[in-house]
Amino acid sequence: MEFWIIVTGALVATACGILGCFLVLRRMSLIGDAISHSVLPGIVIAFMMSGSRDSLAMLLGASVLGLVTVFLIQLFQQSGVQADASIGVVFTALFAVGVVLVSLNARQVDLDLDCVLFGEIAYVHWNTMSVFGIDGVPKAVWILGITLLAIFLVIGLFYKQFKLCAFDPAMALACGIPVALFHYLLMGLVSMTTVASFESVGAILVVGMLIVPAATAYLLTERLSIMILYSVLIGITCAVLGYYAAAWLDASIAGMMVTVAGLLFVVALIFSPSHGLLMRWVKRRRLVGVEA
Amino acid sequence: MNQRNRGSEVSPLTVEGLTVAYQKKPVLRNVSFEVPEGKLIGIIGPNGAGKSTMIKAILGLLPRVSGETEIYGRPYKEMRRKVGYVPQRESVDWDFPTNALDVVMMGRYGHLGWFKRPGAKEREIAMDCLRKVGMADYAHRQISQLSGGQQQRVFLARALAQNADLYFMDEPFVGVDAMTERAIITLLNELKAQGKTVLVVHHDLATVKEYFDWVMLLNVEMVAYGPTEDVFTKSLLHQTYGGRLAVFDHEDEAILVDSR
Repeated sequence: MEFWIIVTGALVATACGILGCFLVLRRMSLIGDAISHSVLPGIVIAFMMSGSRDSLAMLLGASVLGLVTVFLIQLFQQSGVQADASIGVVFTALFAVGVVLVSLNARQVDLDLDCVLFGEIAYVHWNTMSVFGIDGVPKAVWILGITLLAIFLVIGLFYKQFKLCAFDPAMALACGIPVALFHYLLMGLVSMTTVASFESVGAILVVGMLIVPAATAYLLTERLSIMILYSVLIGITCAVLGYYAAAWLDASIAGMMVTVAGLLFVVALIFSPSHGLLMRWVKRRRLVGVEA
Repeated sequence: MNQRNRGSEVSPLTVEGLTVAYQKKPVLRNVSFEVPEGKLIGIIGPNGAGKSTMIKAILGLLPRVSGETEIYGRPYKEMRRKVGYVPQRESVDWDFPTNALDVVMMGRYGHLGWFKRPGAKEREIAMDCLRKVGMADYAHRQISQLSGGQQQRVFLARALAQNADLYFMDEPFVGVDAMTERAIITLLNELKAQGKTVLVVHHDLATVKEYFDWVMLLNVEMVAYGPTEDVFTKSLLHQTYGGRLAVFDHEDEAILVDSR
């Protein structure tokens, strides 16, 4: 059982780690936050329409809402609303609609709001699904696996486009790269990942997995490909350490995973050989020493 | 590499009635011109004259209200590979995790199509371009560790890697050291010698006569356009800059100071 919890955590970490790098570099970390909240009405509507906690329907509903979120944020910005304000307006309003929908349908809907927000990775292995005759694999692992496969495929095929769009969108556009398409593709993947992860780590903590390992990796390297690799490795480390720390302290597993991520970030911030506070301090001291 | 057997009468760039507006306020009004092949052309005008806007509109980066543009007689969409672009240096995040060589290789992305990945050939071209701007030693340097002038030269190398026939450069001389300025001007003349056409947004009026064959004076509308000796005159400059221009006569040479 602990095996599947760690596998689930590692899958979330890998998917989020890859996408998070692009979000952090495009200074759109908060869009990840926004999407993870505003998918709630999508999940509820999909749930009401399909009448079951069928994850595929929810995945679809949430992905649509994710794209709606990004579209609305873009629209408001173009109409002259400030960037942070338009993100704030869109995601809180959509999230609120989701909360209302859940409360309205509380009796028919067996959808635990706490579970949507915080997830419960500890129960992952209770909900198994048989696919292609393979039994005993948790449903979350299947869904996360498929999501991760989609991420590998899309980012792998179009790595150069995503990279150029992140570094210099004007140049990308001038080269004929459909920047808007890749923007929505990335956002679609973020929505998908958020929903795929929400059962295990929850909507709020998935933001942590999207941003913190990527922000940590950013401090440790000066190559995008290496940054993505580090981000994934850091995420997986958080999943493993987080699980055992939670088991030891008898605390929330998902909470512990992101707490570990936060701690690793602080370690990198202080001790990174290139960007770290300590190295900068040492260099400054040396400079002063030379001049004195 | 350079088989240039186009009809010589086709202009690298024709612009007809180009108007661009930000929220209904026109920032570029009804601009028309035709660019002669193999010339260095300076685009001059005060701040907010629409110089960068014009380039971006031609490249399809900004929506236009009206106007037609053609690159070698065809729409830009079909001619992207003939066009190289050097955006303003501040337009990108220099803390991006990448090195100089990698940035220059991005100049090849447009030639690679949807799925092909940059490989050894692209690396070779990029190295060559870095060499041309005197930056070969910095190929593996992280871009945030380069000086402003070095960053500008990396951008220039990236444009070279595009191997275009028509170049747009947005203020390449702003905030660079003397060495970079010389490197850029040498490069511009090399491009010209290869029969390429370069449009440069430029601020320093003191160097216009020395650098450019043709000049465009722009202030929302086109004020004047033609060979430098005909267009770069005191009266036309006054017309372009209005009262914001101080002109000092120094012996025979008119030294012009843009007093922004």
